[in-house]
Order: sequence, then C-alpha cells, then structure tokens
Amino acid sequence: MTTPATSLTERVSPIDAGAHVVAAHFLGRTPVLALADGTVIISEPGNETRIPAHEEAAILCAASSGSTLFTGGDDGRVVAITATGAITQLAHEKGRWIDAITARADGAIAWAAGKNLSARDAKGEVKTWIAPTTPRGLSFMPKGYRIAASHYNGVSLWFPNAAAAPELLDWKGSHLDVTTSPDGRFVVSSMQENSLHGWRVADKADMRMTGYPAKIRSWSWSHDGNWLATSGAEASVIWPFQAKGGPMGQSPRECGVREFKVSQVAFHPKALILAIGYEDGWIILVRLTDGSEILARSTQNSKEAVTALNWDASGRQLLFGTQDGHAGVLSLPI
Amino acid sequence: MTALPPLSETKIPVTVLTGYLGAGKTTLLNRILTEPHGKKFAVIVNEFGEIGIDNDLVVGADEEVFEMNNGCICCTVRGDLIRIIEGLMKRKGKFDAIIVETTGLADPAPVAQTFFVDADVGNAARLDAVVTVADAKWLAARLKDAPEAKNQIAFADVILLNKTDLVSPAELREVEARIRAINPYAKLHKTVNCAVPLDAVLGKNAFDLERILEIEPDFLNAEDHDHDHHHGHDHDHDHHHHGLKHYHDEDMQSVAIKYDGEVNPEKFMPWINDLTQAEGPSILRCKGILAFKDEPKRFVFQGVHMILDGDLQREWRADEKRDCKLVFIGRDLKEDLIRDGFQKCVA
Ligand SMILES: [Zn+2]
Repeated sequence: MTTPATSLTERVSPIDAGAHVVAAHFLGRTPVLALADGTVIISEPGNETRIPAHEEAAILCAASSGSTLFTGGDDGRVVAITATGAITQLAHEKGRWIDAITARADGAIAWAAGKNLSARDAKGEVKTWIAPTTPRGLSFMPKGYRIAASHYNGVSLWFPNAAAAPELLDWKGSHLDVTTSPDGRFVVSSMQENSLHGWRVADKADMRMTGYPAKIRSWSWSHDGNWLATSGAEASVIWPFQAKGGPMGQSPRECGVREFKVSQVAFHPKALILAIGYEDGWIILVRLTDGSEILARSTQNSKEAVTALNWDASGRQLLFGTQDGHAGVLSLPI
Repeated sequence: MTALPPLSETKIPVTVLTGYLGAGKTTLLNRILTEPHGKKFAVIVNEFGEIGIDNDLVVGADEEVFEMNNGCICCTVRGDLIRIIEGLMKRKGKFDAIIVETTGLADPAPVAQTFFVDADVGNAARLDAVVTVADAKWLAARLKDAPEAKNQIAFADVILLNKTDLVSPAELREVEARIRAINPYAKLHKTVNCAVPLDAVLGKNAFDLERILEIEPDFLNAEDHDHDHHHGHDHDHDHHHHGLKHYHDEDMQSVAIKYDGEVNPEKFMPWINDLTQAEGPSILRCKGILAFKDEPKRFVFQGVHMILDGDLQREWRADEKRDCKLVFIGRDLKEDLIRDGFQKCVA
C-alpha cells in the first residue's frame, strides 16, 4: 500500500481515554466517549468531565440520539447521559447484561437483556417482547415505531405498540448486528460466518453478501442512502443499494486497501467521504467519487484497533477511539 | 524488540465444568472459588444463587446451541458463549481465568467447538480442559439411561469420581471400570466433596497441541487396563488400576493405535480429514502424535467431531523412537475402518 499523499494527522486533538473505547459520539458539538471500564467522558475542549456511569462495571454497548448518549452495562443498567453531564438510569435488569442498545433522534430507545427485548418510547413508556433467542443487534426502522432485532435464524421486525407477533425475516444461522437502509427498503444483518445477509422488506427477497475474512462488526450508510460501507476485510467493502434489487447481481466497491483489516467505518453526513479505521489504529478518509485517500491517523507504538468512529452532524469533525484507550477529534480544514 | 510471551499465554484459560445433575459440580465450583489462590475468576453459570463469591465475576448464560451453516448436526457452537466472552474481554485484566459451568444435561462438544470455530473467541481465550464430575453411586445407572452422562465422561480431560464415601470398594472398582471402558485417557481423581488440589482441575492445557506430549504416560499405557503407574511424586488420590474389570461399553468406546514407524503425510493428511468429515458425528475427540517420513519434527493433532487442529512441532530427539500414536473416542466407532485406513498411510 502507498501512504496517502496528503495528511490531516496534524489536525487531531488527542483525548487520553485510558480504557477501551466502546463508543464515540458527538452530542450536538460535544465529543463523548463510552469506555469499557464504565466511564463516560464528556470532552469539551479544555474541559474534560469523567462520569462513572456504570460504577464497578463495564459498558458493553452504547447508542446516541444525537443529543443524548444511552449506555448498556454488564451491571444490567441502561443509563442516559446528556452533553451537560446529566445522568439518568432508565432501566435496571438485575443479574443480566445489556447486550445491545439502539436509539433514534426523538429519544426512543430499545435494548436487549438476554432474550428480553425492551422498547422505551420518547415519553418513557416501556414495552417488552421475549425473542426466540438472545438478540445481538437492534436497529430502529425509519418508518413507524418499529424495531429490527437480529437473533439466531433471522431478524424479527417488532412493533412495540401492536399486539401482533413480530414479522420474521428468516435465514438459517446466527445473526449478529442488524441495520436498516435509510429508506426502509432493506434490512441487513451480519452473520457468524463472516458474511452479510439482506432482505428486501417488501417481498422478503434474500440477498447474500459473502467473501469476508472476518466478522462484519461495523457499517455505515452513505448520506444519500445509496451505499453501505462495511468492515471485516482488508479494505472497506461498499455495497450499492440504489438499484431496485439493492446489491443483488452487483459487485461491491473496495476502498482503502491496506494489509490490515478495517475495524470501523463512518460515512460523512453530507458527502461521499468515508472514514475508515483499521485494526492497527490507522484512520484514512476516502472520497468515493475518485478513490482519493487522506491519512487522518497513523500509529507507531500502539497497534490497537480503532473501536469507535463517528462524525458530528455538520461533518466538520470526526471522533475516534481505540481498544487501548486512545481517542481524538479530527477537525477538517473547512 | 521486546520478547513477547507465546500467544497461548496471553489468552485467558477457560475450564469447562460438566457433570450430570447432582454429581457435585457446584461443590467443585465453590471449592475452586473459595480456595486461597489469589486468582480472580469470571464464572459463566446457568443458575444463579448457589454460588455467591463477591470477588468474582458471575455471568448467567442460556446455553444457546447454534448449528453452523454447513447443516451438519455435530457442527454446533454455543452462541451465548461467543457473546459473553466478547463482553468479558471488555473487562480484560480484571480476572485471570474463565470457568464455564454447563447444565447437567449439556453436551460438552458445542462448548469446546466454540473455541475452535469462532476466531474472536479463539484469539481472546483458550480452552484449558473439560472437567467432568461424576457421582460414584449413580454414575453406572446414568450411563445406562442418560446419553448425556456418557457424553460427559467420554469428552472429559479430567474426571472427578465424587462421593466415593457412599459406595463400597467393590462398587468403586466397578464404576471406575465403566468409566475406563468409555474414556481410558482422562485423568481420574476419586474424591469426597470434590476435594482435589486445584492444579488437578485448572491449568491442564489439555487442548494445547504443545502439551499433548505431556499426556504421553497415559497414552503409552492406553491399551493396558491392568497397569500400575506409580508417579514419581505423591498424589493424594489413588491412581492404581489393579483388578479393574474389562468392560466394553455397548455404544461408546475408544480406539488406540500404536505404530512403531513412520507414515506418509501425503496419505495421512487426506485420510484423517476424510475420516473426521465422514465419521465426525460419531467421533467425540481424537488426538495423535506422528512421525512423518523425512520430517525431522513431530506432527501433533487433535479434533472435536469434524474440527481438526494440527501442527508440526519440536524435532524428534535422538533418544526418541520415531513412532505414531493415535486415539479416537466416540460412539459406535468403526474400529476396523479406522485401523485399516491408518495402515494404508504407513510409509
Ligand atoms: Zn459436523
């Protein structure tokens, strides 16, 4: 691989997180990190606050509504944290782990604790459904109050406010994470066997996306909804979804080819620019239109994976965190 | 450059505790957790309540056994274990070892296979040993009516024959012979209240290819049920096998092969792969150390059902005889097929 000609590495302000960064989100313009040691860092420039959101416990998963961070811990607690540091416990599932969590802009969230899947709407009303096996991934569908939950042998689409049983998108095997295309036409899961499985919601047509050397644990939809970028290979594999059949019969693009696996991906919120984090801690920005690359972070001593990566809403700043507790904010020269 | 420890030492060791209902699994678990060893454990259990150790991390599991995509009935993993070990890695550094307690009816194979099939689990943790607790009074009956109990004995690296105070010496010899008919290779400890030194159940490296060499004393004596192997040091358990009756379990048995010579790797490798693919559902465990023609290093392999793991290791020493030893434990093993197949691989 050639090192990208241009570099933005000088424009990164580091944050010393000190523990495995599980999630990194901007709440408004404030960078916020969720750490495996139970701490949440609110990193206002020049004023860092460390909040013991899950004391003596680990944060297993986190999601953002844009203004609030929601964390799930191995203490069974679901906690909401705002940019001002206000912290609220929303649920406590005693003796269980919070295995998955998702949130949307109006503040509704859903979480899984063992087989129990709970949805809490923006007003605070909680509904629960017991999944056939432990859900490992959750995603709000873009239309209506509906949640996709991935589990063994498929994905269930659940309306928390309806009495009807969830609709099952079935496919044999163990489904890990799940995501929904921004237009709601497609549901995609990542599978134990290093592949993706997709369904066209309208007719449940199946699509298989295979050929990865590792599990796909990070993905991101482009702002126009036409592309799904994925981790799990020594490049980001990017599937086209603009056609009626989605990626069926089409080849994916590959961007940011290196000899290290991609661990995190995040599409810019306004342009076809993809941020790619690697298992050796590097971060590269790739412009899809011409494939040009800009180096955002290189590493010498640390070789630990990028484990969290997200843009702010304006697309001017990129927040990242790594397995060995490094983090930082990249400010684009715009 | 700094010297790094071998990969296996940076992985968290995992001990799997199995045993039929009431055999004393929880007693052993509590003993492991309460002994003054200064270690911290993450314990994956199926029922909360009976253990309450503040210092350790206790996680509830649901034993979600998932088939892999090849559609084969023996190719299964524990989905919950993959998820839990991923979660535990977020607490890396806070504990020294993991103990997985299975339910009394559980098959140990999916647990073991998880460590070989899932790359993330395999990178983070290593299977140390399967430890089975058996009830000296009731095991013989369970071997007749509960296939799960037989699986647990057949699969074990270490067997605690517990509650020996509740049976007569004759009954004890009887049940021991029943165990040996199924699994002649596991380390057997006769116990009351699961009282064993911790190093009898922890740190066994039973699945480490490099350590398969260390089980050789048992290997060599595998076909000799009447042997009397005195160890150079004193165990507080009785390891004598005099007067054991020869039983042959109706459906679970072992096949041991010793060959004083070399095999042709070009014949052996496809044979062992084909054998475990075809007979995988009936082969629970297999292990072997082989001399390949024109190869200065030993070849060591092990398998669980269809999953095989093998590698060339250290060179044969000048004072060692280059030979081959293999063992298969399973249900309704086709002994003639295995022996004939191996014979065709000799160099
Ligand atoms: Zn199989």
